[in-house]
Amino acid sequence: MSEWWTYSLSDFLLFSPRTYYRLFELYNIAVWPAQIVMLALGIATVVLLRRAGAGAARAAAGILAACWLFVASAYLIGHYDTINWAARYFAAGFVIQAVLLVWTGVVRNRLSLQPRADSASRAGLGLFLLALIVEPLIAPLLGRPWTQAEVFGIAPDPTIVATLGVLTSAERPHWHLLVVPLLWCALSGATLWTMQSPEALVVPAAAVVGLIAAACKTLPVPQP
Amino acid sequence: MRSGRTSSMQNSPSFSRRQLLRSLAATGATAMLAPATALGQQVVTKPIPSTGEAIPLVGLGSWITFNVGNDPVARNSCAEVMRAFFAAGGRLIDSSPMYGSSQKVIGYGLARLNAQSLFSADKVWISSGTSGPAQIEASRQAWGVPRFDLVQVHNLLSWEQHLRTLSAMKAAGQLRYVGITTSEGRRHGEFERIMRTQPLDFVQATYNIVDRELEGRILPLARERGMAVIINRPFREGELIKKLQRHPLPGWAAEIDCTSWAQVLLKFIVSHPAVTCAIPATTRVDHVQENMGAAAGRMPDAAFRARMAAHVETL
Repeated sequence: MSEWWTYSLSDFLLFSPRTYYRLFELYNIAVWPAQIVMLALGIATVVLLRRAGAGAARAAAGILAACWLFVASAYLIGHYDTINWAARYFAAGFVIQAVLLVWTGVVRNRLSLQPRADSASRAGLGLFLLALIVEPLIAPLLGRPWTQAEVFGIAPDPTIVATLGVLTSAERPHWHLLVVPLLWCALSGATLWTMQSPEALVVPAAAVVGLIAAACKTLPVPQP
Repeated sequence: MRSGRTSSMQNSPSFSRRQLLRSLAATGATAMLAPATALGQQVVTKPIPSTGEAIPLVGLGSWITFNVGNDPVARNSCAEVMRAFFAAGGRLIDSSPMYGSSQKVIGYGLARLNAQSLFSADKVWISSGTSGPAQIEASRQAWGVPRFDLVQVHNLLSWEQHLRTLSAMKAAGQLRYVGITTSEGRRHGEFERIMRTQPLDFVQATYNIVDRELEGRILPLARERGMAVIINRPFREGELIKKLQRHPLPGWAAEIDCTSWAQVLLKFIVSHPAVTCAIPATTRVDHVQENMGAAAGRMPDAAFRARMAAHVETL
């Protein structure tokens, strides 16, 4: 792209806010009652985060990988692609993330969870609860219909924030697992910001919290 | 239109045919005999310089507004916008493979309308020159038309290869006109070089009452080279309307038969002698009717246009 500095974020916005949110409505109707299943999986993940242990980490990674694949297939390819030709490339990133989660968390079992061991891990649990409980409420709280709610495991944003929550709860940061979620946070934040959506800062703020929490875990623990 | 005629014009909205024709002649436009706007006025056209074919001063863009995916409600709404556009005497609809589902949504609308007067304008937008014909064919199928009237190289992407393809297609009767596009003032130097060296029927660029860089070189060159000019982003994606609607419509708007800021902005553009048509995009039937109103009635002359721009600058 020549003269790239002359482009603004709005030059990359292909659709109106009305079309964007209406897409969630049509998508939610199309995949119903998958929302119930995903919410159950989300609650199960909260339990796993509180239990910790090798088996719990493995199960949490498996659940997240399944959610990433579902969002890639059902939302990005099945719906978002109809209004954004770049969606297929985003879907490839989501599949890569799912593979990385399976490889690191399920096959190699390296996602050791340590919930509530420190502030960073508590922040991780907080991020997960934000994704599971608060994010679906944003649409109705902002005056949009319930049918446009973005649910964990169904819509990309809450799925990404929940993933950041689980990764932040791990014993040590897994930077390679943070790349795709952080890129999506930037992309989603930019899209919503360009549409002047009031919730534009939610996902980028979650990314900053996740990043700070992960960075804190790399600092040496002070010895008495 | 002279500014000294303000008061008398405001009191006499009915304009004589002679006066109308005189103001149109100043802009290179003529009044079509057949289709009429929602207001019952004759639609004004300008000729495509390379053939003389008449095109109404206002067309229909599809950037963002027609990218509604598979939403049946929104698709039907877009079809209604198209119906109102054709009913008001509109002809030229513009799209691009870059605009998401817009081409398919146009095809959906065309399948429901008997749009005999359609002037289909699309673009080729792919970096690979060899993939151009396949993309144009996919676009044609999305529209559901036997052939495009006009295909333009979108934002000059791989323009050398694509112009070769388009020229060959035109020679083979697979399209009627060839053009290039840019937007937001980008790459005007290269745009001008291509205009000087290539046999183009159309050029498309951004021009409005506040973004007037085109007046310097591109528009005079288009006249000199006999190229039709399509103007995109006439409202800066709605930003200009939003800003101007906070202010009352000036009294002089009535002198050029404008009842809204949208019509003022459009008439400023289409009255430039080098401009063939503007392509505002909308999702609303009342807005498309309002926009088509700008393709009718009296047009501002050079002095009046200067006055319009000066007024907007003060707001």
